[in-house]
Amino acid sequence: MTGIYLTGGILIAGLLFANRNKIINNVLIILFGVLQCTFTIYQCSNFRGTDLGYFTSDALGLLFLITLTVVSLPALFHSYLYIKRSPESSRQSRSIYFAALVLLITSISAAYLANHIAVVWIFTELTTLSASALIYHHRNKLALEGTWKYVFICAISITFVFIGILFLSLSLQGTGSNDLSYANLMAKSDQLNPFWLRLAFLFIFTGFTAKLGLVPMYTAGVDAKDKAPAPAGAILSSALMNMGFIGIFRFYTLISHTPLHHWANIVIFVSALLSIFVATVYMTKVINIKRMFAYSSIEHMGLVMLGVASGGIGYYAAILHLVLHALVKSSLFFQFNQLYNVFQSKSVAYVGNYFKYNPTGAIVLLIAFISATAMPPSGLFVSEFMIFRALFEGQFIFVLLMVLLLLTIIIWAFAKNIFKILFTPVIGFDDSNVPRISPWESLTQYMLLFTAVWLGLNPPQIFVDLIRESVLLLQN
Amino acid sequence: MINVLLIVFIITLLYVSIANRIITYVRVLSLQGFILFGVTFMQLQEINTVNLVLILLETIVFKAIAVPVFLDYLIKRNNITREAEPYIPNFLSLVITTVIIVVTILLANSVKDDHLDKIFFIVALSTLFTGLYFIATRKKIITHVMGYLIIENGVFVLSLAVGNEMPMLVNLGVMLDIFASVLILGIFLNKIGDIFNNVDVDQLSNLKDY
Repeated sequence: MTGIYLTGGILIAGLLFANRNKIINNVLIILFGVLQCTFTIYQCSNFRGTDLGYFTSDALGLLFLITLTVVSLPALFHSYLYIKRSPESSRQSRSIYFAALVLLITSISAAYLANHIAVVWIFTELTTLSASALIYHHRNKLALEGTWKYVFICAISITFVFIGILFLSLSLQGTGSNDLSYANLMAKSDQLNPFWLRLAFLFIFTGFTAKLGLVPMYTAGVDAKDKAPAPAGAILSSALMNMGFIGIFRFYTLISHTPLHHWANIVIFVSALLSIFVATVYMTKVINIKRMFAYSSIEHMGLVMLGVASGGIGYYAAILHLVLHALVKSSLFFQFNQLYNVFQSKSVAYVGNYFKYNPTGAIVLLIAFISATAMPPSGLFVSEFMIFRALFEGQFIFVLLMVLLLLTIIIWAFAKNIFKILFTPVIGFDDSNVPRISPWESLTQYMLLFTAVWLGLNPPQIFVDLIRESVLLLQN
Repeated sequence: MINVLLIVFIITLLYVSIANRIITYVRVLSLQGFILFGVTFMQLQEINTVNLVLILLETIVFKAIAVPVFLDYLIKRNNITREAEPYIPNFLSLVITTVIIVVTILLANSVKDDHLDKIFFIVALSTLFTGLYFIATRKKIITHVMGYLIIENGVFVLSLAVGNEMPMLVNLGVMLDIFASVLILGIFLNKIGDIFNNVDVDQLSNLKDY
């Protein structure tokens, strides 16, 4: 089935790219949606099974795959709306956009399930290719600049990951085996040469931070989410970040069985703390709404990695946080398009009193804000609280205090902008041309946000079991 | 013989660090392609012939001929001026490159591993860091791209060190080369030349918060 899915996905992307007819285009998108759902359901039934030798449906991969499918269906729908309304979209740009989106979703799904580090790497390359086509959608100077930065930084990052894989193979040489699948690496974890393993971890970690959105390579992702159309930005800031996480996490699981575990934790701590710090600094100044969402993602990824590094319940909390963050952040990005339709601007300065023009959407924005800042009724409160608990239990009191301080500043900055958008009228805004936004467009966001609350407060047993199983291999 | 070729490879790095004209960079990249051809030919004795021929073709056709020719074409088409325009004087560049090489040699000597050819490790790492250094200190976008191509050559050398045991990794390296070069050179350098009149990195600082 994985073979059928990959061929199908690439074939549909190719057809979308070649086709200029509107109806065929829509049929193909629906076809891909069906394919994605079928594949997900198949992988659920094929739990722990291996396809084509390289794709294993393990707990973590399956969890993220389901999240991706849940996010990608509304993403396809909102992309359809976006392209339909966009005045500058030509037939060519439409076909490139959808082809790239389909290729992106396909390659992220494959990267989730890959059980071999080189296969993950190949699909990471493919995501760079398809994401760059999405970022260049508007074909103007700024989009080109964003694309160039993204492509260049991602190219260096995947080179880094490749160097990491080479070092990993060097560390494997003493063991008499040359199979780089995670299962084999895990079996040989006590014989790996620590010097090469250390270098491998540094390079692989640095490389994947471009996708995950951590210091040092976070910059490209922010520009990308700003310039890509919002429905694509939703995928970039949820599923693609999860893919970066999976790249680091599977390798970290291996490291946790070696004497390097403590050292790796320190590396992750430094990177995560710096990320939260950078996010705080930018959040206080940012006025571009999409960039604000992107920096908020960086903050959340920093929290997730803090959870991973502090261990204990932090592992569980990190995975939970990633799933919930994907749902919440994508709904924020979906809502952004409706906001943009009303105000025709993405600067906070020219946006205000959203409740007057689109109350349904404004409530989405309010709930999503409460979720994204992890205030009590939201699901992210639960996971963030568990991360703090893990930090406390791990005796990282100083780190905890610093994070709490930075988070307070972030919440203040986020709230300042969101309340401006929701309530403060813009002086001189001419509202005679504001289109009526159908409340039904916000339905997908309500569903996503509701799911996030439900999964956080009252998680079904199967969901808890999946998360437990995905962190089972980690050494405490 | 492999050692001689690899040492020549290191010397090309020193040469690039003091090069004034962009065309010198292009020529050095081409020369590096030929050197890699020789190293691959002698190093990868144990892998099967078809695979070896493919890798050799990649080094000679792609690295040594196609990419330099295309870079040349881009330089002419976009009227890129001939100077490389480093931010740092050439003499200092030379010193820094030398320091990078010395440090990697010291690092390699601290490694205790019988499975590794030290010279491959030294060449690969010093190429990697020199490439990053070039990217950080040159002004034009096209020199950034060349810095990246130099890094790729370094990575290719490293993949040759394990090539006999894991030919798959060399193939992946080849894939990385082709993929990244086509993406970076083919699509974007072309576009950037069309849209931005002057191809300095200074032009690429408009994208910020607004």
